[in-house]
Amino acid sequence: MSQAQKGDWVQIYQVILPVGERAPQVPAETAGVPLEMWVKGFLEEEQAQVGTDVTIRSLAGRLLQGQLVAIKPDYEVNYGFPQPELLTIGVELRAILEGNGNV
Amino acid sequence: MSNTSYQAVIARKPEIIKKATNIDYAAFESGEIGFDYERMMSQVAYSLNKIRQIQQETGVGNTPLLELKNITALARQLAGPGKGARIFIKDEACNPSGSFKARRASVSVYHAKQHGYKGVVAATSGNFGAAIASQAAMRGLKSIIVQEVFDSRGIGQPEILEKGRACEAYGAEVIQMTVGPELFYQFLLVLEQTGYFNASLYTPFSICGIETLGTEIAEQTLLATGRKPDAVVVTHAGGGNVTGTARGLQRAGCESTQIVAASVDLKGLHMASDIDFNRKSFTTGHTGFGMPFATSPDRADVPRNAARPLRYMDRYVTITQGEVFYVTEMLAMLEGLERGPAGNTSLTAAFVMAQHMECDEVIVVQETEYTGAGKHPSPQLSFAKKNGIEVRRGNPIENVPGKAIIIPEHPGQINIKDINLDRVRQSYLRNALGSVGTGALHPQDIEFLAAETRLEAAIVEKKVREIQANL
Repeated sequence: MSQAQKGDWVQIYQVILPVGERAPQVPAETAGVPLEMWVKGFLEEEQAQVGTDVTIRSLAGRLLQGQLVAIKPDYEVNYGFPQPELLTIGVELRAILEGNGNV
Repeated sequence: MSNTSYQAVIARKPEIIKKATNIDYAAFESGEIGFDYERMMSQVAYSLNKIRQIQQETGVGNTPLLELKNITALARQLAGPGKGARIFIKDEACNPSGSFKARRASVSVYHAKQHGYKGVVAATSGNFGAAIASQAAMRGLKSIIVQEVFDSRGIGQPEILEKGRACEAYGAEVIQMTVGPELFYQFLLVLEQTGYFNASLYTPFSICGIETLGTEIAEQTLLATGRKPDAVVVTHAGGGNVTGTARGLQRAGCESTQIVAASVDLKGLHMASDIDFNRKSFTTGHTGFGMPFATSPDRADVPRNAARPLRYMDRYVTITQGEVFYVTEMLAMLEGLERGPAGNTSLTAAFVMAQHMECDEVIVVQETEYTGAGKHPSPQLSFAKKNGIEVRRGNPIENVPGKAIIIPEHPGQINIKDINLDRVRQSYLRNALGSVGTGALHPQDIEFLAAETRLEAAIVEKKVREIQANL
């Protein structure tokens, strides 16, 4: 889906400081990339394509402009994979508590 | 319309911050660097009774103090005869937004509302964002949270992404940024454009809100054990947690309680580095904030920081990321409490300290925080592995921040490292003298530095002379 409708929950993007305008105290690897910003809100335009400049109304009610980059953006976070390095810790600790472990 | 370039906005910082905090910091300053911290706290912050009332209105505080009986038993098995203090934990995850940060936010948001601000803004990648958004929702104010989330590849730190989601869940506008201290520029712009209140972590309002955590610990420990806590361990980052908790304990008459600050050791990782940013698994409670805020507290988003941890810490210890993940599992598996992980930094230190204390002594871990997707050991370790970090069981002494996370093979391998506080004080003095150079100091400057470092005035004068002689 690359076309958003008015009122859709979308994400916009802006470059805040391009390379060359970063603060003098940042390390080289940071100075070599732009300072970027993303904000989410409800699309104000009747419809808009991803990649175009749009206006959104944020949850605080502000009107903000930027490039439309995502429609109903994913929260991304999850619980990852079960970690073998962690899975046996509980059993090991119980064994120590019950006197069957290696103290 | 005013000039919104980086340089122009940074140049307007004093007036923007003054309008957005409504505190005349200059009124408390004297001499070259001196500043009457206690007078600021007594005149700007609220009384303890008023703070209790403000927090009661929004369901903040009065969290349970839980005894960790199984972890105490485990510590006693590892300890020598007669050793192994009782370990208690203050379950701050029970606050409305899931962390002790609700205490800090409660007073700030109340104050903003009382003074007619329509909204609050906070620059934070931590639990404070959700706390501000939650308190603002309760009191009918708008909230905007500015977060440092992504590296230049657009990859977000899972813990911070979750905190951003929580902010949105409470109705905040979340501004997500890539790595860099220029986030402050965006923060100032938002304050200027909205006229909202600067709900900084570092105002007297924020710090006084934590004092109730200290007084509650004193009261609950006395009730549960018949004694005052012998030690209270505090996860240390920006310094507010240490400062507010210690002030509360002092108010409650716990002058002899040892205040222990604990941070995860992230030595070698640069906090403003686009590369290092996603090579760490803890986004707070670490030395990357803990050391600079102890040695240079006024680096904050207000002219004078109300969080002054060096005044309060009796001991400062570090532990490794892998040890905290291990203890986070311990807390879930032995005590049935899924919390943290970052908030369990202090529990990890307490687990070691308890083994060196007497059986009848009491050590209190002063916070837990909620667990969520991204904000949990398994997504953090999944993320670390994806970013090329080695994760394995082993001896934590093999830990290398940004390269290897070592999960202990046995609880007896968990250890704490003491940071030499005399060296921290020395760095503090060097930083404090930075703006003065070799210029003469006034008696009130010496008095201020003595209070900051807890050193005798004569010793401060001698150290100042030595530092200035080498400039």
